[in-house]
This record gives sequence, structure tokens and C-alpha cells, in this order.
Amino acid sequence: MSPMARTAPVPAATDPAIIRNFCIIAHIDHGKSTLADRMLQFTGVVKPRDMKAQYLDRMDIERERGITIKSQAVRMPWELDGTSYALNMIDTPGHVDFTYEVSRSLAACEGAILLVDAAQGIEAQTLANLYLAMENNLTIIPVLNKIDLPAAQPEKYAAELANLIGGDPEDVLRVSGKTGVGVEELLDKIVRDLPAPVGDANAPARAMIFDSVYDTYRGVVTYVRVVDGMLHPRERIQMMSTKATHELLEIGVSSPEPTPSKGLGVGEVGYLITGVKDVRQSKVGDTVTNQAKPAAKSLSGYADAKPMVFSGLYPLDGTDYPVLRDALEKLMLNDAALIYEPETSAALGFGFRVGFLGLLHLEITRERLEREYNLDLISTAPNVEYEVTLEDKKVVHVTNPSEYPVGKVAEVREPMVSATILAPNEFVGAIMELCQSRRGVMGGMDYLSEDRVEIRYRLPLAEIVFDFFDILKSKTRGYGSLDWKADGEQVADLVKVDIMLQGEQVDAFSAITHREKAYAYGVMMTTKLRELIPRQQFEVPIQAAIGSRIIARESIRAIRKDVLAKCYGGDITRKRKLLEKQKEGKKRMKMVGRVEVPQEAFIAALTTDESKDKAKK
Amino acid sequence: MEDTLPSVLPLGDPAPVDGLLPPQVLDGVGSRKFGLYVHIPFCAVRCGYCDFNTYTATELGGGASQAAYASTAVSEVEFASRALNASGLPHRPLSTVFFGGGTPTLLPAEDLARILGAAVGQWGLEPGAEVTTEANPDSVTRESLQLLADAGFTRVSFGMQSAVPHVLKVLDRTHTPSRVPLVVQWARDAGLAVSLDLIYGTPGESMADWRTSLETALSYEPDHISAYALIVEDGTKLAAQIRRGEVPQIDDDDHAAKYELADQLISEAGLDWYEVSNWSRSPEQACRHNLAYWRGDDWWGIGPGAHSHVGGVRWWNVKHPAAYANRLGEGVSPAAGRETLDAGTREVERIMLEARLGSGLEVDALDKVGRHAVAGLIADALVEPAAAFQGRLVLTLKGRLLADAVVRRILPD
Ligand SMILES: Nc1nc2c(ncn2[C@@H]2O[C@H](COP(=O)(O)OP(=O)(O)O)[C@@H](O)[C@H]2O)c(=O)[nH]1
Ligand SMILES: C[S@@+](CC[C@H](N)C(=O)[O-])C[C@H]1O[C@@H](n2cnc3c(N)ncnc32)[C@H](O)[C@@H]1O
Ligand code: SF4
Ligand SMILES: [Mg+2]
Repeated sequence: MSPMARTAPVPAATDPAIIRNFCIIAHIDHGKSTLADRMLQFTGVVKPRDMKAQYLDRMDIERERGITIKSQAVRMPWELDGTSYALNMIDTPGHVDFTYEVSRSLAACEGAILLVDAAQGIEAQTLANLYLAMENNLTIIPVLNKIDLPAAQPEKYAAELANLIGGDPEDVLRVSGKTGVGVEELLDKIVRDLPAPVGDANAPARAMIFDSVYDTYRGVVTYVRVVDGMLHPRERIQMMSTKATHELLEIGVSSPEPTPSKGLGVGEVGYLITGVKDVRQSKVGDTVTNQAKPAAKSLSGYADAKPMVFSGLYPLDGTDYPVLRDALEKLMLNDAALIYEPETSAALGFGFRVGFLGLLHLEITRERLEREYNLDLISTAPNVEYEVTLEDKKVVHVTNPSEYPVGKVAEVREPMVSATILAPNEFVGAIMELCQSRRGVMGGMDYLSEDRVEIRYRLPLAEIVFDFFDILKSKTRGYGSLDWKADGEQVADLVKVDIMLQGEQVDAFSAITHREKAYAYGVMMTTKLRELIPRQQFEVPIQAAIGSRIIARESIRAIRKDVLAKCYGGDITRKRKLLEKQKEGKKRMKMVGRVEVPQEAFIAALTTDESKDKAKK
Repeated sequence: MEDTLPSVLPLGDPAPVDGLLPPQVLDGVGSRKFGLYVHIPFCAVRCGYCDFNTYTATELGGGASQAAYASTAVSEVEFASRALNASGLPHRPLSTVFFGGGTPTLLPAEDLARILGAAVGQWGLEPGAEVTTEANPDSVTRESLQLLADAGFTRVSFGMQSAVPHVLKVLDRTHTPSRVPLVVQWARDAGLAVSLDLIYGTPGESMADWRTSLETALSYEPDHISAYALIVEDGTKLAAQIRRGEVPQIDDDDHAAKYELADQLISEAGLDWYEVSNWSRSPEQACRHNLAYWRGDDWWGIGPGAHSHVGGVRWWNVKHPAAYANRLGEGVSPAAGRETLDAGTREVERIMLEARLGSGLEVDALDKVGRHAVAGLIADALVEPAAAFQGRLVLTLKGRLLADAVVRRILPD
């Protein structure tokens, strides 16, 4: 077993041969953050008194939800057989929405630890990322975690892993991030098994940007992996895609706190600060080179993030619109995957149509906006992007149902995904039923082990973005896991369902659904609204319609009494206070025609029951 | 009842110990009438729905006896007179006096007479002044009513509430229905005008029950009727019973239907509404003390928790009878807090209060928002079109049921 390194290799003067770049691929909650903590501790880069759980998960939301959103790169020294090595660990997100970020960090590594909970086995998400890693020719180190758990089944899952990636079950390391068992062996194995980075130290500098983070104090912090040459502080660098040049104010490594260095050489991973204030000036996937001695050819870039799910975000209080706009601008500095454009809704006022990688991305973004910028937001039901061909052959892309063209539609195409679901085999029936009801077509089914199956379906994206995952979880008692990736599109019989209050269409409630599901949506929404909207001074009909055809209707009876018919006698003050409170309440209403709709009703109508439960937790 | 006291006091500014009022109260004092409210904070039992500032003997404990109450009230009368004089207000005889509770008639008639006598001694009475007391049917006798009349009372308001035994039971009322015609007759014989208080919408009360109560009350030919929708106040026994499911929820639609029936039967019997919850046989028999509240006149409220208003300054006394007695014993104002209304707030209050009156609200006195709302109110059948054409907003039957909504529509933004 190796001791802690006595001398750490110095950045900018490190032979690539003693560098190891790796990431950890794991399903959420399988213990990646905890394992990373142990590594920080065992390599001595974090002193015991500074250790806090999940050190690398910087953002509050991450800490609370236990999710890693932003990648971080940490340099750790480790000694083996008398040589001090520099290990760069790149922490990656583990959720399906963030596959894009995973792909960026994978490209900066030579190897990956495949971390699997020894009590759970591999999950669909992990399979997808593992696939990406193998495609990138990374060397995989399979590891079973949480072997301290009484429920751990290391034999079973070691066999499962060996079965998947080849090799001997005996070679699967067994560790516990909690107790630290096996972590030092793992560090040794990283040094032994992972290839060192290779590059041309004498060539013009080329470094790949794999992340770009906006920091209030320091501006944009750009994370890079140097491929060729060397970057030095104070020299002028150039972004190869835009040709924009910046002065390199600071260059260094995270260890794990930012530590300035004399530069970064071949194979090294670290950060750059140029004083720019916008991540768009330091684009993920871009190649950084030296302005004076530029490289001829940029590194092959990363695939740009493509938003899959769209939702309208509106401030509850219309006067907060500028705050929301500034907040989105700031978030975008930090989130290359986020796109948005202004949008107006008759019902909700001024807001933005925002594109997200997936539902979790939406939820996290919304939560951050509310928390960090003190906003109260309404988000409309999530939507996918439809391609609508009109009879005159014109093609429109629709991300907001209220923009759906009226009449003259020749064809509608909707985005498809191929989904992989892993679950114990007893749930196969329930899963198939769910996928069938979501217009899925089965692609195949394999046994991963005796009692665990992998089921593949091709499904319309629209059918899985809303509540699919929640339902899958509840139908499989929490054991089912899902992964999906975009898989073309298909022509479908889709219609737009409108909801009308007293004959006024409420754009925020319009939905594009499959024709067969239009009725169910109409009934669901009209019933919900009848319960949510308080009675008015007149009767309010609520209708759901496809075009001019009404498919569901409800009605809210007129209120008959709104008066305090008890005499408060001389206490006029109390009566006035009550009235002022009612007046305040009225201000929080949105007017749809003459109908006063409380904002809570909008929120509740646009929320699924499942996500309401989540919010409560 | 035309005058009641909620048990929760507002938060306001501190009130000065000498009770002095700011000079602004002198503005327009000549056009405002002056009245007196006297709160009697005692009841034999507490009704399950009631959250007024009132105490049973057991709730009261030591420190403030019913026997000493008249003297304490008289000392506030004297304090009031001094404070008003010292504030530079001109001498004004009382145009109305109202004894409310609690149950004023739980005190011996002599005590009520003494307090009234002290007030009349300080200020005098306008000719034809109205002097009312509230009374529970089982807290008066032929003799006590005669005594009150002799002492100068002109009017009595009985808490009848219902004529149906099972409804009275849910309301925790102690009197039997047959007591009401008796006390009404005694009051008449003593020369007192009679008003009856009714409550509708009690859990378990059917439409037929309510009709019975209305018809019974009307058969006694009162000069005045108040009909209140039962309000389930937080913290009352009734609220707890409903929460626990022991008695059914109350229902706004039921209230609305019962109000409509009340308006129909009461007006068929020859009484007209002059305020959302009040009907009188003639305009002269409307409760003038009540109207003074709605019209922003001046009054001084005597007693624990009592509210006062003089020229845009409102204040309220400490709630507990013992604390109240202590203050007056020390010669300082019993006020717990007060507020000085600015012009905007006075306007809001005026609209809020006058909108409920049969005489209505002047359209020209509304701001732009209010005037713009009028057409919509006519369209929604909430105000009388003919009155509106002549420049007054007068609620229709439907409008009375939606009076708070109407007020919200005409208030300045
Ligand atoms: N018993 C046990 N629990 C662990 C171990 N590693 C992580 N956990 C727990 O598993 C949960 C998820 O861990 P975390 O590191 O946040 O997982 P991540 O989502 O992959 O980053 C936390 O409650 C950890 O305390 C382990 O080795 N043994
Ligand atoms: C202050 S009480 C005093 C009258 C007298 N103590 C009695 O109860 O007969 C005045 C009136 O207010 C009404 N009242 C009291 N509590 C009420 C409530 N919670 N809802 C509606 N009306 C109420 C009753 O009609 C009652 O007669
Ligand atoms: S008798 Fe009147 S004041 Fe006393 S508790 Fe009953 S309703 Fe309230
Ligand atoms: Mg984590």
C-alpha cells in the first residue's frame, strides 16, 4: 500500500508520464462524492479539519439534493513505488440531463472509475455513461462501493460488471467510501492501470475547455486540459473558434482550492482566469492557444448541448421581469446548456421560453433562480420541439403550444428517444404497460443477471418529459432506472388542445398531445381548474377544445355571498384591515378576461401531483 | 344588536395617558354628531360562537367585580368629559347612547341607570335622543325594563337569535323561545322601542327552521330587526367543534339563500333595509347609533375593549376588565392604542361603510377607478340602475350579498 506522497509534483514542471487523468462514472447516490472526499483526505490535499462532506459539490442546491452539477477538476499527489504522481480527478454529474457535461469531462481523461453501489447494481444511467467512456477509448476501472453495507452483494454485482465490460470478477475492486476501505488500493490501481497522457510539449499550445464557470469575484473560471505545448501566466491566449484574445491573468490547479502555478503543460488539467465576465467568451469545446504562436488546427470540439425540453418561466410579480432577465443572463454565464428567449403570455405576462437538457435541469434552474435571485416563478408545462409542415410546405418549429399553427397542417414530427430501463424482472409487466401507454415501441429486452433486466423502448420524448420517471419509480417501488438519448423523430397524429375560461383562451394551459390523449388532457385540466379557481361573481364555463370543437367542459358556479354580515360595531379598524387584506389578495390575481385567477391556481394547474409531493419533501 | 366588540384588538400607535386629542379633530366638528357607547363585559355563560370581549364570572377571576363596574365606567365618563374639553372640543349633547356587551342587563338596572345618569350629567341629551341597551331574553324582567325606561332608555335590542330549540342549542343559548314574546311585550308596555337580533346559517339549521325564526320574530311586530350570518370566529368553541367534525360546516350558498328569504319576509312585513344586516319599520326607527358608526360621526366608547372615534382619530381600550379598572384607578387613559387616519384611509373607510347603507354612496365622491367601475356594477346587477343615474350607488339584493366585492371594485387602487 502506498503512503501519502512526500513531495507533490509541481504544476508546469510535471512529466506527462507521472500524470493520471480520470473521472468517476456512477449513478446518482452510488457514492461518487463520498469516494471523492476520501481521496481528497487520503492524498492529503484536504486537511482533516477542513473536511466537509461532499467537498466538491460546491453549490447549495447540490449539497441539498446530493447532486453534482458542475464538474470540478482536482489535482492530488499520490506516491507509488517511490514515485510521486499527479492525479487529476474530474468530478462529473451523474444524471441523465447532464450527459452533455459528462461527455466534456470524459474527453479530458484517459481513464474512468466505474463506481457501482454493491447493494444496487448497475443502473441505466451508468450504462449510458460507460458506453460514452468506452467510445472515447478510456480505460475502465470497475469498482463496487458501499461494501460495508449489510445488504451489499459484491459477488453478484462483480459478476454483472465483468459480464458487461469483460474481465474477471476477481479484478473488480471493492471499496467503501464511507469507511475508506479499499480507497488506497484504488489510488494505486489508478496509477498502475491508467495510461499517461501523451502530447507534443514543443508544439504550439492547445488546451481543451471542458467547463466554464462564472464566479462573482473572479469572473469566468475556465477549466482546461492541456493537450500540446504549454500555457503561461500573463501571456496572451486566443480562443480558436472566435479568434478572441485575452490576457491570461491567472493559471493554476485546484487542489482543491485554486492554487496559481507557473503554467500548465502537456496532460495537465487546471483553470484559467482572463477577466472575461461571460462564459460565452470562453466556450466549452473551444481550443485555447497562444496568440503569439498559435496552433494551426483546433482540437475536435465537443458536441453542443441541444435543449430537449422547453418551458415558459414567468415571474409571479410582473415587476420582477427585469430581475428574471438579469438572473437568466447570469445563470447562462455559468450554464452553457441553457438557452432562452423572451416570450409573452396573455395569461402570465412577460417571461421567457427556456430550453433545458431535461426535467431535472429545468427544476434545478428554476430552483436556483428562485433561491439565488429571490424570485417567485411560474413555469408552464414542459414541452418538446415539434416540427410542423404546413400545406404550403413551410416548416415551423414549435416549442410553445400557443405558437402551434392554426389549420393547414400537412404533417407534424415529434422528437423520439431510445430509452433503456433497468429493473428487477418482477416489474417487467408494469414497465411494459407504462411504455405502451406512452406510445412506446419495444426494441428488446436482456437479462443483466438472473433477476435484473434491461428493457429498451423507442418513445416520443414528449411522453417521458413530464411525469414518466416519477411513475416508473412508483411502479417499480423505486428500483427502476431510466436512461434515454435522442433518436430521431417520427410523424405523429398530434393536436393542440386549448383551455378556455369564459370563452377566453388561456395560452399557458394549451398543450400539444396525441389525438387519442387529447380528451384525457381536456378532462384533467378542466376538472383541475374547476377546483382551483375560486367562484366569481358570475358563472365561469371552463372548456377544452381542439380548434373549435369542444371536447370537455366544466363550470364554476357564481359566488352568491361575499359580505361580512356580522356587525363589527365600533371596531371599524378591524373591518378596514380585513378589506385591505382582501384587496391585497386581489392584486395577486391574474385576470383572464374578467375572471380572476389566483396565481396559486396557475402554479397548481401546471404542477403534477408527483412534483408537488417532491416540493414538499 | 347594533354594536358589538370583537375580542381581538388592532395594533396601533400608543395612546397618550391624558387622552388628549390632536387639533385635527376640531376640523368640521360642527357637522358631526356625538354619541356614547357603553360596553358591559359580562355574560352568564359564553355562547360557543361568540368572540366578543366578554367574561363569565368564572372567566373573570378576581380583580374586577361586576359590582364595582358601574363606578369604574362612571370614572371613564368623567375622564372622557375632561379629555374632550381639554382637547378644545366644544360641548355637544349626546345624540345617541348605546349599551352593548356582553350582556348589559346582567348588571342591575340601577347600575345601568347610574352610568347613563353620569353621562347625561356631563353632556346632556339632544331632544329625541336614542338610548338603547342590548339584552338577553332571560336577563330582563318586567320591572327591570320599566326601571330602564324610567331612567331614560328608549330602546331595547333582544338577542333572540332563533325561534327553533335545536338551533338555540347549537348556539348555546340559555333562553327558551317562549320567553321572547313575553319580554317584547314588557318592553312595549314600558314604552321602549324593540329590536330583535337573529342569526342565520347555524349548523343544522334548515331553510324551514330559518323561515320559522323569521316568521316568529315578525309576528312580534318589532320596530327593527338585525339578521346576521353566523360567523365562525377563530378560537371559539364552535370553530373547534366544526374542526373536529362534531357539527357540520357552514355554507356560503346556504347563507345567501337565507339572506334572500330574510329580505323577502322582512320587507313583506313592512320593514325596509337601511344597512346590509338591518331593517326598520320606518326610517326614524333605524338605529341612529349604528348609523353614526357608518357615517363617521364621533363617539366615545366606555368600557374594556371599547372603541372610540373622534374626527379621524380612532382608539380602543385595554381588553381586560381588571386592567381597565386599574388604569382608571390611576387616573390615566384606559386606551391601549390608537390610530390617526390620513385622508386616504378616511376615504377608504367612508366608501367601505357607506356602501352598505340603504341611502348609498355618492358617485361623484368616488375617484376615477370607482367611477369607472359603476357601469360594470350596473351590468352585473349589483347596484340599482335608477339610483346610479341620479348619482348614488345603492346595492341591489344581489349587491348586498356581494357588498365586499363591490367595495373592492370601487376602492382606489
Ligand atoms: N454505507 C455506505 N454509504 C455510503 C457509502 N458511500 C456513500 N454512501 C452514502 O450514499 C449516499 C450517496 O452518496 P454520495 O456520495 O452523495 O453519492 P453521489 O450521488 O454518487 O455523489 C450518501 O448518503 C452517502 O452517505 C459507503 O461506502 N457506504
Ligand atoms: C354582542 S352580542 C350581544 C347581545 C347579547 N349578549 C346576546 O347575545 O343576545 C350582539 C349580537 O351579535 C350577534 N353575534 C354574536 N356573535 C356572532 C357571530 N359569531 N356571528 C354572527 N353574529 C354574531 C348576535 O346576534 C348577538 O345578538
Ligand atoms: S350572551 Fe351575547 S355577548 Fe354573551 S356570549 Fe352570548 S352572544 Fe356573546
Ligand atoms: Mg454527488
